[in-house]
Amino acid sequence: MGNRTLVPFGPQHPVLPEPIHLDLVVEDDKVMEAIPSIGFIHRGLEKLVEKREYLDMVYVAERICGICSFIHGLNYCKGVEEIMNIQVPVRAQYLRTIWSELSRVHSHVLWLGLLADAFGFENLFMDTMRIREQVLDIAEDTAGGRVIFGGNKVGGARRDISKERLAQMDREVSGMLAELKRMGDVFMKDYSVLSRLKEVGVLSKQDAYDLGCVGPMARGSGIAQDLRQTKYAAYGDLDFQPITHPDGDCFSRTYVRVHEIYQSIDLIRQAIAKIPDGPVDVKVVGAPNGEVFTRVEQPRGEVVYHIKGNGTRYLERFRVRTPTFANVPALVKMLQGCDLADVPVVVLIIDPCISCTER
Amino acid sequence: MAEQKIDIIEMRDILTKTTQAKQDGYRLSCLSCTRKPDHFEISYCFDKDLSYLVYRIQVPETNPEIPSITSVYWGAFTYENEIHDLFGVKVKGINIDFQGNFYMLKQKTPFASMPNVAIVQKPAAQEVKNG
Repeated sequence: MGNRTLVPFGPQHPVLPEPIHLDLVVEDDKVMEAIPSIGFIHRGLEKLVEKREYLDMVYVAERICGICSFIHGLNYCKGVEEIMNIQVPVRAQYLRTIWSELSRVHSHVLWLGLLADAFGFENLFMDTMRIREQVLDIAEDTAGGRVIFGGNKVGGARRDISKERLAQMDREVSGMLAELKRMGDVFMKDYSVLSRLKEVGVLSKQDAYDLGCVGPMARGSGIAQDLRQTKYAAYGDLDFQPITHPDGDCFSRTYVRVHEIYQSIDLIRQAIAKIPDGPVDVKVVGAPNGEVFTRVEQPRGEVVYHIKGNGTRYLERFRVRTPTFANVPALVKMLQGCDLADVPVVVLIIDPCISCTER
Repeated sequence: MAEQKIDIIEMRDILTKTTQAKQDGYRLSCLSCTRKPDHFEISYCFDKDLSYLVYRIQVPETNPEIPSITSVYWGAFTYENEIHDLFGVKVKGINIDFQGNFYMLKQKTPFASMPNVAIVQKPAAQEVKNG
């Protein structure tokens, strides 16, 4: 038995976009144990329900995360609409779907870039950032914001997209697909990339399920679960199947995310082809009285909101469980037994969004 | 949305119910705590094939303590440490105890007391006098 050494990892580390700290107990260069610490950026956003009326909380929900912002806003609106039994116009549901999938594309492409950066492939990182820029331009032009899209409101969407702009978006995303596939092929076939991802951070299907994994972490271990199957927004009208990979290693999760980008482009094109004419919002009167646990699929996986209203304009409880929070136990398990040199890749493979996690 | 049930149960039954959920193939999805006027309300949420099962217990506000479910769901330590740090509810038998340092907060247990909501009436618009 070699000497055991405690190696602190983070909260400031070149590979980490956001602060998380890990105490790694290392024997030679094998990690024996990993204890995570979060809480560096707890903002107490849930507490803001005491000071912001429920209609204004959409803005707070959108700012929980700087990457999957739109889907946070969507889930909040969906929850309040379920409590108040508000029928959202079909066109607004399609707009929400289109912006959700744009959000997923830009999140996954960003993550692929950060992964490339983590294993030292700088050119690939820059290529992903270049492609992502095109997605952000579409978001800015149609929703109003590049990262915080801001397209949601309780009762529908805050703005419409014209028929001409939708046709243009269809051409833009179709054009992007060739570039995305060229980029995706590097992650799927390049020898150097595969050597860093294959058989690293392995999690079996049973372990992933028992540890409560969500999103690409679960699907990368062969669990075919995707909240979009619950047919919220316009997903009930669109044709798709969850993307899975059975190996449970870092390559599997990369495979899932790369193919989800292609799938999102397909879903955007399907939604553009099927979007009906009509209004994009309905008038909202009254205040929510009741509670709901509402869930949607973010780029990182299932996000759960517990929204509880008491008939006043201030919610009684607004609780957010983000996908990264659910994937932290799996991170602890994956790090046990891995090489110290693989720790950055294993940490990044859960696509950690710590600001989101701490709210 | 798939069916969603909320079953209110006694606190002493939570471990039995959780064990049963695990045996039935449910995945632990979320724990949510809410401060009520005289107690804490903790919901345990489970998912199986997109259907949602919620068990709810009520914890008295004097010396609040709940049994840990980490013996059943190992990964529940994150939720339980969070409830401890934000609401001040003690957790008995937890597998990884951060002892109040899971969140690094300036104010300890910020969610432990009832929200102090003051609904402020907006001031009436002032009349604009011409001249």
